[in-house]
Amino acid sequence: MSAIILLLIASLSVAVVFLGAFIWSVKHHQFDDGFSPPRRILFDDPPVENIPDQSINKK
Amino acid sequence: MEIEKFYYDNKTVKWFGYAVMFWGIVGMLAGLWAAIAMYYPALNLGLPATTFGRMRPVHTNAVVFAFVGNGIFMGVYYSLQRLCKTRMFSDTLSKIHFWGWQLIIVAGAITLWAGKTTGKEYAELEWPIDIAIAVVWIIFGINLFGTIIRRRESHIYVAIWFYIATWVTVAMLHIVNSIELPVSMWKSYSWYAGVQDALVQWWYGHNAVAFFLTTPYLGLMYYFLPKAANRPIYSYRLSIIHFWALIFIYIWAGPHHLLYTALPDWAQSLGVVFSIMLIAPSWGGMLNGLFTLRGAWDKVKEDPVLKFLVVAITCYGMATLEGPLLSLKSVNTISHFTDWTIAHVHIGALGWNGFLTFGVLYWLIPRMWNTTLYSKKLAGTHFWIGTIGIVLYAIPLYWAGFTQSMMWKNFTEEGQLRFQFLETVTHIIPMYVTRSIGGALYLSGALLMVYNLRKTIAKGNFIANEAAEAAPLPKKIPTHGKTYWHRWIERRPMQMLVFSLIAVAIGGMIELIPTFLVKSNIPTISSVKPYTPLELHGRDIYIREGCYLCHSQMVRPFRDEVARYGEYSKAGEFVYDHPFQWGSKRTGPDLARVGGKYPDSWHYNHMLDPTSMSPGSIMPSYVWLMDHELDTSRTGAMIRAMRKLGVPYPDGYAADQAGKDLARQEAVIDSSLRADKIQAGRNKEIVALIAYLQRLGKDIKEAPKEQTASK
Ligand code: HEM
Ligand code: HEM
Repeated sequence: MSAIILLLIASLSVAVVFLGAFIWSVKHHQFDDGFSPPRRILFDDPPVENIPDQSINKK
Repeated sequence: MEIEKFYYDNKTVKWFGYAVMFWGIVGMLAGLWAAIAMYYPALNLGLPATTFGRMRPVHTNAVVFAFVGNGIFMGVYYSLQRLCKTRMFSDTLSKIHFWGWQLIIVAGAITLWAGKTTGKEYAELEWPIDIAIAVVWIIFGINLFGTIIRRRESHIYVAIWFYIATWVTVAMLHIVNSIELPVSMWKSYSWYAGVQDALVQWWYGHNAVAFFLTTPYLGLMYYFLPKAANRPIYSYRLSIIHFWALIFIYIWAGPHHLLYTALPDWAQSLGVVFSIMLIAPSWGGMLNGLFTLRGAWDKVKEDPVLKFLVVAITCYGMATLEGPLLSLKSVNTISHFTDWTIAHVHIGALGWNGFLTFGVLYWLIPRMWNTTLYSKKLAGTHFWIGTIGIVLYAIPLYWAGFTQSMMWKNFTEEGQLRFQFLETVTHIIPMYVTRSIGGALYLSGALLMVYNLRKTIAKGNFIANEAAEAAPLPKKIPTHGKTYWHRWIERRPMQMLVFSLIAVAIGGMIELIPTFLVKSNIPTISSVKPYTPLELHGRDIYIREGCYLCHSQMVRPFRDEVARYGEYSKAGEFVYDHPFQWGSKRTGPDLARVGGKYPDSWHYNHMLDPTSMSPGSIMPSYVWLMDHELDTSRTGAMIRAMRKLGVPYPDGYAADQAGKDLARQEAVIDSSLRADKIQAGRNKEIVALIAYLQRLGKDIKEAPKEQTASK
């Protein structure tokens, strides 16, 4: 059944992409620290001075 | 290190937020309309566009792609910038993304109302819009990955992983499922036929639920819940396991939508196994969310945002416990085709997606306008109205689904079916009424929210560009020298677990592939022939009017279904069906074997006024089919397209013979109608529709026994 092969290929390639992403993330020490990342997101800098609606260059 | 100063873009978030509110109301109105039409079909005001079969896809597309879709983008654009400590990659792309998406939605609504549809659930939009979706999705992708690459924070927070998975998977699903052959500007035929089309469609359908309604919202949960509660997620490790496990399991669960159908058994079993496995990560995620609030329940009592989030997460837990349950063959026997599925859907949709969206809006808008919520009390009222709305929506439908299924399967002592189909419908009408009251409550809650947020906006000052500071990423992330790979595995039990999960998933696949190749041929049945040109036209009308949204064409191999509808459906019967029309809900009876059951005149009268033939029927009247002339100029193109898809019409058939055959068949039906004193006019659409209905299930009756004995 050709459609099944197609779905398998599509699904497996996605699985492989994610496997790659997973290996990358482990190698880049993404998961070494399980303590600070969940806490860090809680601290946004307080708005210092915000410029009103006008385009600005990002940097 | 030098600290850099930059600005977050709130303007795009604001626009997506407005769109969420607008399309949410529109989509829910369409849902309410459809809900009322189920017991008061005259609600369509006699117009094709407002009939249930067209309102339902408008509803599903509006709530899924417009309400939840814009909700995803709103949440992603807000949280991604802060998680990456950078502005979105490109303001121009953000703008194109926003307007492109809204344009797609508008085009989608107009074409669906006009009856332009591919006839595949959640993928109804026709090919030009499919292309536009792909383009806008890619723009979103560039913006997403561009931002991630430019981040100033080296750690990729778990929410971002959920966004990445959403993007990658939805792109793939959309492309594979939308392979179709255009016939004209607004009409195409699915590349796949019958069983194959069904498999692709539900692989898509299930994963659309998984990667559009679930993973992006989990990402939002992992960002907005800690922010709203001002405490870190209960277990960050668990959230990471949640992510990787979902990603590797979800993809394989699609066949649970096709249990007991003509799909090969092994594919069904595969779907069941993976669906059961899904309980573990899903519940891990739910508990992780709820435990985050441990010791903070006093806060939950006070804060409407947290209240919405708690109910949303609880509903996620309910839907993901119920889902695997529905995947069990014994349960699916009862639930499939009934309102039970609809109840399951809306626990997820109203509870999980809806309430999470409301919670995020209530949190986000005061913040971006640098003010406080206009009225906490009103938000509290919204919470209660919404919750009661969900209860009144779901409970009657569970009851209706279960009751109706039991009635379908009920036999008398003499072995006869106890109930006519119609009796099982009229029995559950009170439940339909209650559901629409629940829906109306839920909608009024949402309106309250819009009012409350409008007032909030009025008293605030919008911060279009929010200032922030952060150090840039060091060029190279320091590594701790060379270590051997097994060392780090030993030191990391969590990664080990995930690795083994992946290994199991992929291993299982590879093991199964050879089996697929051997057993999976569709048996051919020699008496199954392509549709005649007139029947093909009739089929297009059937799709255009959305008949498949209430009628299945799939007799499952159960005693009651065989007794009620006839021989169970075989895979080989559908080889010319581009697209397949099995349906997923039996609001009306199955039609797979309706051909030859009634005279032509019965169908004519029934389509004109269903209650004249079936007193008490809730099917709407289709008067316009009696007036519209059939567009026979398309016949040639239709046949040529079908030939390209491998349907064996003879060479040169499209040029001339097709038209002649069509006229001949029209004349036959016309004279049979005349014999019953009906002056239809032979070139009306109704004639084509009758031709199609009379064909359904006929071929197999002429098949030699041994071909249909096995499936
Ligand atoms: C006011 C609220 C709502 C009402 C009254 C409502 C009503 C309905 C009705 C009447 C149907 C057709 C059921 C049938 O064919 O038997 C339906 C289907 C559906 N609705 Fe809603 N709905 C509401 C909100 C939502 C929301 C917020 C979402 C998604 C986020 C949603 C997603 C869906 C989906 C996916 C289906 C198709 C189910 C299937 O094919 O099995 N609905 N809704
Ligand atoms: C572990 C998670 C889940 C599993 C295994 C699962 C499984 C299922 C099953 C077996 C069906 C019925 C198929 C049928 O008989 O036709 C179904 C239908 C559906 N579910 Fe779930 N479900 C899960 C979670 C969710 C969540 C969280 C949502 C919503 C946000 C959701 C939305 C839907 C929709 C929209 C349908 C209707 C499809 C259709 O027939 O049109 N599911 N699901």
